Amino acid sequence: MNYYNEMFDGDAVREPYARLREWVETMPDDFRQMKQAEAEALFRRIGITFAVYGEGGDPDRLIPFDMMPRVFEQAEWRRLERGIKQRARALNAFLRDVYGRGEIVRAGRIPARLVYRNEAYEKAVVGIVPPRGVYSHIIGIDIVRTAKDEFHVLEDNCRTPSGVSYMLENREIMMRMFPQLFRTNRIEPVDQYPELLRRTLESLAPAKCSERPTCVILTPGHYNSAYYEHSFLANLMGVELVEGQDLFVDGEFCYMRTTTGPKRVDVIYRRIDDPFLDPLCFRPDSMLGVPGLMDVYRSGGVSICSAPGAGVADDKAIYTFVPEMVRFYLGEEPILNNVQTWTLWKDDDYRYVMENLGDLVVKEVHGSGGYGMLVGPKSTAAEIETFRAKIQANPSNYIAQPTLALSTCPTFVDEGIAPRHVDLRPFCLCGDRIELVPGGLTRVALREGSLVVNSSQGGGVKDTWVLSE
Amino acid sequence: MLSRTASNLFWMGRNLERAETAARLLDVGQRITLLPNTELGYQNEWNSLLQASGTSDLFRQKYGEITQEKIEEFIFFDHDNPSSAASCLEQAREAGRIVRTALTSQVWDALNVAYQELRKIERQPRAKLDMAGLTDFITSHTSTVRGAINATQLRNDGWHFMNLGYSIERADATARLLDVKYFVLLPRIEFVGSGLDNYQWQVILRALSAHRAYHWAYGGDITAAQVADFLILNGESPRALITSLYEAVWHLEGLARRYGDSVPTEARDKAREVLAALESRNIEMIFDEGLHEFLSRFIREMATISNLVHQDYLMGGV
Repeated sequence: MNYYNEMFDGDAVREPYARLREWVETMPDDFRQMKQAEAEALFRRIGITFAVYGEGGDPDRLIPFDMMPRVFEQAEWRRLERGIKQRARALNAFLRDVYGRGEIVRAGRIPARLVYRNEAYEKAVVGIVPPRGVYSHIIGIDIVRTAKDEFHVLEDNCRTPSGVSYMLENREIMMRMFPQLFRTNRIEPVDQYPELLRRTLESLAPAKCSERPTCVILTPGHYNSAYYEHSFLANLMGVELVEGQDLFVDGEFCYMRTTTGPKRVDVIYRRIDDPFLDPLCFRPDSMLGVPGLMDVYRSGGVSICSAPGAGVADDKAIYTFVPEMVRFYLGEEPILNNVQTWTLWKDDDYRYVMENLGDLVVKEVHGSGGYGMLVGPKSTAAEIETFRAKIQANPSNYIAQPTLALSTCPTFVDEGIAPRHVDLRPFCLCGDRIELVPGGLTRVALREGSLVVNSSQGGGVKDTWVLSE
Repeated sequence: MLSRTASNLFWMGRNLERAETAARLLDVGQRITLLPNTELGYQNEWNSLLQASGTSDLFRQKYGEITQEKIEEFIFFDHDNPSSAASCLEQAREAGRIVRTALTSQVWDALNVAYQELRKIERQPRAKLDMAGLTDFITSHTSTVRGAINATQLRNDGWHFMNLGYSIERADATARLLDVKYFVLLPRIEFVGSGLDNYQWQVILRALSAHRAYHWAYGGDITAAQVADFLILNGESPRALITSLYEAVWHLEGLARRYGDSVPTEARDKAREVLAALESRNIEMIFDEGLHEFLSRFIREMATISNLVHQDYLMGGV
């Protein structure tokens, strides 16, 4: 397969990377190793680790950081930005619709079953319109590139996408280690993200809030794999990082327990999943949530970001219909394409997939993090047969996609520098405005030939640059 | 500030102080065993040190007979012992991790490094470890954390809560240690001038890292009244009850000033009252009351203050 190389076109260097070539090609090995060690020490020291559970060993792991940046030129980014914002608008319009009259289902554009019998569809929030009609406030859209002008959306993350702390820290560390690069390249900043996030959250104050809203981040606690990110964002935004036990409901409002008594909370950026939000409404055994929270939410006493029920928009079965949403709600043609997807509950698709399992990528509809998937071309015959049995047991639990020719970006490896496959996750903010910082998280599959970029599967991260004009 | 944040800072302070107490107990015990002819004696000494940390029952259940190795394991490493140096350091680090955003990076760094180093030591075979080194390890790391707190933390409510934890724990530890050995401080005619009392007093001073300071403060011979005075009423002595209590009051006053009238100040009022009572006494009055009675009451009063801190600030006003 032929892969698009982000930096090189044959022997020629593409424009955005022009000023990086000399830097990378003349870097002495020992200097590179020294800098790599320095970067790792910085990460370790700041405490940026993520936790991998169930595999034994030290759960506190460092995500491998690659010093070679991934670069976009302004025009490329503009187009991506338009596509991402368009998609974010369509996804929110869809959510407003399916928790309301369900026009898109009535119009026959999406099968009712896929929406209303979806596990992520929350009956408890039908008819509630959150502030500004926005359900998903932070959308992480995973994008892959297959050619100069070919970008495809791999999946949408409408609930609580993580990784933004890496986007910010990768930049911080690059600027600290290689200030000269930032003088010779004109790179758009990303460090305004926490400020934008705070503004977005404040713009979502609930109906009953008349003063400047108090925002908090709700975390499952310090054992959660993304705890670092939660505390990092809380710190940069200057808001409290709370756990369920810090909050309580009294009458019409939600309060946090402070040293000076109860303090009202208006906007909750929650990093816990829907089922755990309120034991009185969802899972009764949840210790992470706040009893009575949903009543306060319903009556406009508190805003919850993302809104409960937002997950129905990022399900892999719904994914196939996002271009349809763009046309239906916005009357526009989608700027970003989906990846061709076979849905295994359709007979034709099922037959095709079963015949070509060795060439396809098969994913669980509700899976994430690179778990529970089959990459056909990289699997043994035995692995494929095991997976085939799993599909046969429950076909509607799977979708299949072609093995994508993910673009590669030069990456530092033991032997020097070599191309490795990358994707991109930008973070789109939706409040009174829709905003996107110029950049995102570039994930890189560090194993040679690997197409799986997830950190839990041996992926690393890179700083992502958008050059200004 | 979130009540949970304040609570973690408070207990971070208490646990750091407690880790230091454990290390110091180990050091004292070590000295006792180095003396000749204390075969039976050192068992008693160890036992009183266990009593001082309130863990002698726990020890007996788990280990039975006292031996040097078991004691060292128990006081330094044992994670079943909530007062062991390792437990306390780990709990302090965990509390710090939970409230990372309330700590400066220097404080977190110092705390995290201490913990990582401790884990390295825990993996080494015990026979290769030298006890004096372990005591130094704890005291030097807790001092680094302490220094980082003093040098870099904002003087805000969080700082008051951390220091409140330190000072209440310290007052409690000193009182407990004195209480366990109170009988050797009582002026009894048969002991005066004998080698025994002198030595016992020195043990107490050492356990509180105060043997040199004592000489600077009083000079000359060690006497029971002076040792008691030094550890209870001497405001120059850093671990004296009065000094620790004075610091606790100071931090409670800081909180009361910062938070204003709408927040209850029962802990402050109680601490003021206990301090005033202490200031109005001299050592003869305390001996007249009975040292043990006095110390038991003091320990109860410190527990009351700690509970009132919880009530006033750490329960979120509900």
